[in-house]
Amino acid sequence: MKGAASTMRAELIGLAGVVERNVYLTKRYFLWDVAFFLWTVANTLTIVFIAKGFEATGATLDVDRATTSLLIGAVIWAYLGIIFEFLTETVAWERWEGTIEYTFMAPLSRAMHLAGQGVFAIIYGLARAALLFAVVAFFFDLSLPNANFLAALLVVAVASISFIGIGMMTSVMPLISPEKGMQLGFIAQGVLLVVSGVYYPVEVLPQWMQWIATISPATYALEGARAAIMEGAGVTSMWEHVWPLIIIGVVSVPLGLWVFSRGERYAKHHGKLKRSG
Amino acid sequence: MLDTAEEITIAPVPGNGSVTAVEVVDLRKEFVRRKKRKTGFGRERKRVAALDGITFTMRKGETLAILGQNGSGKSTLVRLLSTLLLSDGGSVRIFGHDAYREHRAVRRLVNRVSVEASFFKKMSATENLSYAARFYGMAPSQTRDRIPEILERVGFPRDRLGDSMENLSRGTQQKVALARALLTSPVLLLLDEPTTGLDPRSKLEVQQFIREIRESHDATVLLCTHDLAEAETLAERIGILDAGRLIALAPADELKARYGTETLEEAFFAATGKTLEDEGEEDDE
Ligand SMILES: Nc1ncnc2c1ncn2[C@@H]1O[C@H](COP(=O)(O)OP(=O)(O)OP(=O)(O)O)[C@@H](O)[C@H]1O
Ligand SMILES: [Mg+2]
Repeated sequence: MKGAASTMRAELIGLAGVVERNVYLTKRYFLWDVAFFLWTVANTLTIVFIAKGFEATGATLDVDRATTSLLIGAVIWAYLGIIFEFLTETVAWERWEGTIEYTFMAPLSRAMHLAGQGVFAIIYGLARAALLFAVVAFFFDLSLPNANFLAALLVVAVASISFIGIGMMTSVMPLISPEKGMQLGFIAQGVLLVVSGVYYPVEVLPQWMQWIATISPATYALEGARAAIMEGAGVTSMWEHVWPLIIIGVVSVPLGLWVFSRGERYAKHHGKLKRSG
Repeated sequence: MLDTAEEITIAPVPGNGSVTAVEVVDLRKEFVRRKKRKTGFGRERKRVAALDGITFTMRKGETLAILGQNGSGKSTLVRLLSTLLLSDGGSVRIFGHDAYREHRAVRRLVNRVSVEASFFKKMSATENLSYAARFYGMAPSQTRDRIPEILERVGFPRDRLGDSMENLSRGTQQKVALARALLTSPVLLLLDEPTTGLDPRSKLEVQQFIREIRESHDATVLLCTHDLAEAETLAERIGILDAGRLIALAPADELKARYGTETLEEAFFAATGKTLEDEGEEDDE
């Protein structure tokens, strides 16, 4: 009993250690993060201007509504990018620095190691997404009197658990293929968003894509965030978006861990963890 | 020992009083090597044995040096002992714990220094050590004083505590690597060419420190090295690995007597059947 408690304590300290390390890295690479953020702002603007562009060509639409809807899509796109990037870096960055063997020979369990990476990704990603939203909303002078940001944050946070599960699966690539492997994260991000109604309602998609949409956590994150920010839906009415996310999370996290542990086994069998020496 | 360390049993060997630290039985590891086919189509896959049935034991508190040419399997052995590789046969037990089935217990007991320092280069020594210690369950309250203390003991300059690793010399980086390994109070320390590439002074400092650890920590040390003098002065027994086989394992004096040579170097060449001229041709890295 005492043994289990001290193991749990050690595991939580280890999880905090992963977060701690990412805080150090973020501090050291702060200017890069700022530069990358500016790039994201520019990218987001190009998408959000599409609504204004349509209006200018004579189309009739509620520009503020369309702008907000596109903005939510773009922010979630950027957020998902950050989550997958952090998860993929669990392996890729450490391989590059040469610390990977030291991390993988530590007694910290892989579940807690990846969870630590996920926790930091969510905290960093949500803060960045909020800032991105604020900057672009300010730029377009969007007034969102009804918006319920707390509810939007809640639904995105719950969806993030599933995103982490999927991220674990994509982060396995750099483990088994040392040279390349970052690409799988981009593919997952793209596929997930294309079917999830990132800049359009899911209903406009072909039927088979709509089926995939129902198992994509991004679908519920986008629907929930739009309902909260555009219609002012409250925390309690988020349930309809949250329950499917819980189910997807309960499946994807253990699946992600399983895939990762298979990858780790493969790497340890074939000597893929080493960098040199 | 750390107070957060979980209860990990260290089993005594029945019969005599000494404790077996490492027990390796018929350990095998193969790697697949791909070669371009002569025809130019596709690649040929060839399995190469990096370790070809190694058996030995180490007693608690012992220092064992492993000598061997490039590609003889030293690092592969170290990786198998530190759970970074899965074997293709045989077994590894560290203080009675199977390296495969009880990897968590084994990881708690082992730490390692490799030829490359391996740190997050933009982070400082203190930062690198802090997060690494967390992975071993050490809370900030335990590392706050201990990290500067241990860095001081390895001779790390106090005024460089905040510098990023990339600005430190290789010798200094290697001292930080030693500090990182010691921080978790390992009972088995795996040193894979810890002094390769260091200047003579740094080398001596690191060697002196290894001696100190052995005495003060009662640690068991496996030292892979190309430095024969280092092996002779630090280790009680010397093992010679040759193409994945452990062809000799005995105290230096016994090795010299066995091969009828004056120096360990001559004994090494006699054992591996190679002269100085052959050396270096077989570089597989
Ligand atoms: N991860 C790996 N993938 C493929 N082959 C490997 C791997 N690691 C080692 N080998 C091969 O196994 C053999 C033993 O390598 P190892 O690194 O253990 O040698 P070593 O004794 O440490 O050499 P050195 O003195 O150069 O460090 C070599 O032929 C090497 O090419
Ligand atoms: Mg080596």
